[in-house]
Amino acid sequence: MHIAEGFLPVGHAIAWFAVSTPFVVHGARAVMKETRENPESRLLLAAAGAFTFVLSSIKLPSVTGSSSHPTGTGLGAVLFRPPVMAFLSTVVLVFQALLLAHGGLTTLGANVFAMGIAGPWVGYAVWRFSQRLRWHTNVGVFLALTFADLATYLVTSAQLGLAFPDPASGMVGSLAKFASIFAISQVPLALAEGILGVLVFRLLTEVALPQLERLGVVGKREPELVEV
Amino acid sequence: MKKSTTNVLLAVALVALFAVSFIVGGARTDPEERFTGTDSAATSQIEEANPEYVPWFAPLFQPESGEIESGLFALQAGIGGAVLGFAIGGLWGRRGAPLRDSGAKAASIVPVTTEPTP
Repeated sequence: MHIAEGFLPVGHAIAWFAVSTPFVVHGARAVMKETRENPESRLLLAAAGAFTFVLSSIKLPSVTGSSSHPTGTGLGAVLFRPPVMAFLSTVVLVFQALLLAHGGLTTLGANVFAMGIAGPWVGYAVWRFSQRLRWHTNVGVFLALTFADLATYLVTSAQLGLAFPDPASGMVGSLAKFASIFAISQVPLALAEGILGVLVFRLLTEVALPQLERLGVVGKREPELVEV
Repeated sequence: MKKSTTNVLLAVALVALFAVSFIVGGARTDPEERFTGTDSAATSQIEEANPEYVPWFAPLFQPESGEIESGLFALQAGIGGAVLGFAIGGLWGRRGAPLRDSGAKAASIVPVTTEPTP
């Protein structure tokens, strides 16, 4: 999902910066507010950020014969709502742009929109939807992480489709071409990210149940109803 | 189902998913272009379809070789892993302690969370 440095026309690069900046500023405020008002959630917030940091660094093989990396943004979106992920993803993407020449400073706005805004919001929407239908928490977490990951790659495809329309088939054709590079490769990775997310979430409910209850991620339960 | 059984099954599913990806992905491609990154594939697609496009900005710093690059990726994973471990370790140490801001409600959770886990 990293659009390479310089690989968006100037106008597009500026436009994506303009779109993403308010989300990132709002996200930075949300992070500060959370750590100030609830010092208890600092460790959990650090865990969510670290999860994204690790997952976005690991390139994994896919069924299509190419390799790609997960994003890990769905977990933080489920725990702390999506705004914090706009900020945390920006930290990750700046690190990769500066040290790894992966992604870039000029394409940062577009990449932040795909990974830090679109992905987390889609994941969060799926999470809320599954909660409303009273699906099991594990199912909700799995779907949230999987869809956050897939949405990020679809948005990247759309961004590239907009920037480089196909001479014959236009933007839609170009989008389809980029989606064919990204989307199918991403399916097994997104599923894997969902499974890993469920494992981490189960670990967190083990070690941080009071924090998760306060955040409203898991419902408050009477002690005798909690399975141990 | 026991909690630990579910966790083991999830871990097995995770490994199986990658084993299948690896075998299927490997069988479908030539050895030379096997498992290239989708990000670089997208860049090649742009270059192919738009030969007149000239990237207008280059990375300020570029790892000089694949080895250095993978080392820096490992550094990123290492930092993330260390922070994740620290955070979970910290939470683990605090397990069962009531939250500062909601003492009364959190107190009802204490009997559960202080129970030793197998």
